Amino acid sequence: MLLNDEVKMLQQVPLFAGVSPAKLKLLAFTSERVIYRAGDVLFQQGDIGDSAVVILSGEADVVVDGANGPIKVAEMGANAIVGEIAILCDIARTATVIARTEIEALRISKENFLKLLSDFPEMTIEVMRVLAQRLSHTTIELTEARSLAAQGGR
Amino acid sequence: MLDRSLSRYIWTHTKPQQLWILWIVALSMIPYFMSFNLPKMIVNGPIQGEGFADPDSTQIFGRVAFELPVLGNIVLYDGAELTRLGMLMALSAVFLGLVIVNGLFKFYINIYKGKLGERLLRRIRFTLVDQILRFPPSSFKRLKGAEVSSMVKDEVEPLGGFTGDAFVAPALLGGQALTALAFIFVQSVPLGLITAVLVMVQALIIPRMRRRLLILGRERQLTARELAGRVSEIVEGVNTIHAYDTSNYERADISARLGRIFKIRFDIYRWKFLVKFINNFLSSVTPFLFYSVGGYLALQGKLDVGQLVAVIAAYKDLPGPLKELIDWDQTRQDVQVKYQQVINQFAIDGMIDPAIQALSSDAATGKIAPPLAAVNLSVTDESSTVGLQRVNFSLHPGETVAIVGTGGSGSEILAEALARVVWPTSGKVVAGDVDLHALPEAITGRTITYAESDTFFFFGTLGDNLLYGLKHAPPAKPTQRQEDMSPLRQWARKEALLAGNPDFDPDTDWIDYPSIGVDGSEGLLPAVFAVLETVLMTKDVLDLALRSTVDPKDHVDLAEKVVRMRQTLHAALIAENLDGVIVPFKPGAYNSEATLFENLLFGNASLPELRADLITANAYFRKVLDAQGLGDHLFKTGLEVARNAVELFSDLPPDHPFFQQLSFMTADDIPAYRILLQKLDNGAAPSEADRAALIRLSFDYIEPRHRFGLLTADLMAEIVAFRSVFMAGLPDNLRLGIEPFDPDRYIVSGTLLDNMLFGRISQKYRDGADRIYAAVAALLPKLGIYDVVLGLGLNFHVGAGGKRLTSAQRQKLNLARALIRRSDYYIFNRPLSALDARLQTQLMDNALRWLRADGRDPGIAWVVSSPGMAKSFDRVAVFDRGALVAEGPYDDLAQKNAVFKDLISA
Repeated sequence: MLLNDEVKMLQQVPLFAGVSPAKLKLLAFTSERVIYRAGDVLFQQGDIGDSAVVILSGEADVVVDGANGPIKVAEMGANAIVGEIAILCDIARTATVIARTEIEALRISKENFLKLLSDFPEMTIEVMRVLAQRLSHTTIELTEARSLAAQGGR
Repeated sequence: MLDRSLSRYIWTHTKPQQLWILWIVALSMIPYFMSFNLPKMIVNGPIQGEGFADPDSTQIFGRVAFELPVLGNIVLYDGAELTRLGMLMALSAVFLGLVIVNGLFKFYINIYKGKLGERLLRRIRFTLVDQILRFPPSSFKRLKGAEVSSMVKDEVEPLGGFTGDAFVAPALLGGQALTALAFIFVQSVPLGLITAVLVMVQALIIPRMRRRLLILGRERQLTARELAGRVSEIVEGVNTIHAYDTSNYERADISARLGRIFKIRFDIYRWKFLVKFINNFLSSVTPFLFYSVGGYLALQGKLDVGQLVAVIAAYKDLPGPLKELIDWDQTRQDVQVKYQQVINQFAIDGMIDPAIQALSSDAATGKIAPPLAAVNLSVTDESSTVGLQRVNFSLHPGETVAIVGTGGSGSEILAEALARVVWPTSGKVVAGDVDLHALPEAITGRTITYAESDTFFFFGTLGDNLLYGLKHAPPAKPTQRQEDMSPLRQWARKEALLAGNPDFDPDTDWIDYPSIGVDGSEGLLPAVFAVLETVLMTKDVLDLALRSTVDPKDHVDLAEKVVRMRQTLHAALIAENLDGVIVPFKPGAYNSEATLFENLLFGNASLPELRADLITANAYFRKVLDAQGLGDHLFKTGLEVARNAVELFSDLPPDHPFFQQLSFMTADDIPAYRILLQKLDNGAAPSEADRAALIRLSFDYIEPRHRFGLLTADLMAEIVAFRSVFMAGLPDNLRLGIEPFDPDRYIVSGTLLDNMLFGRISQKYRDGADRIYAAVAALLPKLGIYDVVLGLGLNFHVGAGGKRLTSAQRQKLNLARALIRRSDYYIFNRPLSALDARLQTQLMDNALRWLRADGRDPGIAWVVSSPGMAKSFDRVAVFDRGALVAEGPYDDLAQKNAVFKDLISA
């Protein structure tokens, strides 16, 4: 797959939807094109975040260590970006991401990602928008979970 | 020890030789005097005809006869009767003979003097270095290494030259001068008197004038030594200089120093040549007097012409010795001053007694009585800052103690004092009830092992440095008898003894095998590997080995197995489902993970003109390129690379970090390429230089990395086709400049890893390199070359001070060097501070386990970097502000002791 194809893929990622193709090409060029085999660990929970990954093809499971072993909390497919939280707020990885199938991905290093954000405000706004959406989504889920818990407790 | 007076020092060490050479000098005076008389005999006799009244008269030549009291007249040789011409020839022959004899004497004397001088130089240098080894540790805070080494290296050098002349020169030159003077007196008293007066004037004035030269010379030496010190300071502190932008301050300082040195040196020149002028003038005035006064006397008939000629000839030999004698006196004073200065520098109080460092090859463990203890120990540094105050601490065998404290708490000083690195100001460090400082280093240096956070490694290999702590003494039983030694070694031994140097052979095996519990060199490697594993350094060493180049001639078996390994490694990777991690080189296929240039040459270029930067200028390369029609295609590829790069990067400021991603051009090149692209797009024809530059640009292209989509199947096929044509027609002068990739041959110019992989690691797989390392490490033992390869890692050169290793590797190696020794006590002074906390704890636990393996129970004191690490120890000693504030088990202290609690929570 070539840069131009990658640019097309990146345009499908909501986070980058508003970013101009020229900048996406630069992003693609400065990122590493990597392949993970099924079962490979993309990120390990607790490790220091040094990169984010845009999945171009394939699927991954997001797993969190629970009291009774790992709990699968989400699935990620093509055009998803994973690992951006840890590099945005400089915290350890909040979950483990494991490749379920073979994955083709673009790995964007922390420095390059942050540099892009500071160079291109439209990308920053896009990131904010996506994060806000996720937050509201999480809030709704939390509310539902709480009301469920409250009903259960009654 | 060095005598205060140089002459006495020389006399003490070279008396018999000096006497011998003086005797030879005296002997040489006889033919020397005879050669003066001969010109007179030749001129007066055969030439002027004295005693040859008529053409047929003859004279007796060479009659040897003595008049002895009891035996009467003894005639050894009756002599030969010779005519005037025969006499001339015979006397001339004698003259020639004397010239030769005098020359031979001179030759022998010079050689002998040289030998004496060089031997004494060797002795002095050795003594100085020996003294450095015996300086008390505190004195090194004031010493500048470069100044001391310049003293040992340069400043004592004239001493050697002077040694041979110390007694011989005045005897020889004085003798010669006196002989010449006496001869002149015998010929003519007035001329003798004139000469004597002028000689006296010279001998009195010139040395006086030269005294100033001596003072200047001393200043020159001091300033030059300081300069050497400053230069080495600049080299060592270059990072500080850059960081604080003080390079111009340093320049100013150096310039000022050089100015001072220049002034001194120029003064020396001025004086030197003034003195020379006066000296020459005085020497030349004498012949003027000879010609005028002597000529007058000859005209008066009071002196015959032969005498005058002989006087002038004798005088010719007078200024030479005289001048040299004056020179000698100057050298003597000069050298004496230098000697004094060096002696003063090396006279340091509290020098270690030589007996403490005496050589011993006895086993040392168990020689000192337990415990190792500090008794009322106080340490104060030179500025009288208290480092440690009245500390009582003891370490018993079998016990592990963690020493805890912040940076200035004194914890580190205690460790240094226990290891004898720092000497007590008051109180003492004892082993049992013996003062540690009274014990020889042969005992303390082996029963106590010390490692600190500052690492020092000697210039050499990793293996040498790892085993450095085992080289206490040469093998107890010499492996060779005297007569079995090589002549060179015998000579080296003899000379060493003559110069007062020890005759140990550094090339024999100094490693003390019993002290690490092995029998001999066979057991060494496993022990080394075990200790490397303990400090978690095996992978580092393996990496070093795999990244090193190996000459297959030295390792035939290894090279062969490595070539075979290419297949097995491939199979192993497939078995682990890692197929595709390596893209192998195949003669008939394009390797997409290698650069375009590597695919063109399909080999390693060793000749500069075949390297990527220059090859576009190579006529043969261009010829083949164009003949294959590849030139245009590469030009177009380069054009596309440039186009992509310009498109991607032209909006970015030149210092943008993304430019690091751009491997084939720099930010500064972008505008030039943009202009070039515009020019070409407007239909202009590319110049030769443009063409070469763009072809060069295509060379670094790797499709999976750059992803511009430029490698078509046709282009790849053309490049593969190019290889064989290029190689086939390669001119002889280039043939050796390129080493082709051959699947069945070892690539000499490649690293060991290159040879094992015989391909490029694919960029696609995130952890490809790690997986390959793991696969390689797993394969090596199966092929039986693991030990050899790891051994190659031990041959890695660590560079000056170990700078080629990372700081973590240095500390690991430092710890390994301590652990491999078997001692009664181990003192560790934050030895792993460069490592992260998790690794520190792991290494420390490994080390503690290692030291107690095989039933050994040494006493271990460990100054830990964080209080948490103290959990693994029997006892914790807490230091605060130079005092030992608490001692006890970790859990007790963690609950009860306030200082320790603070340390833990900090």
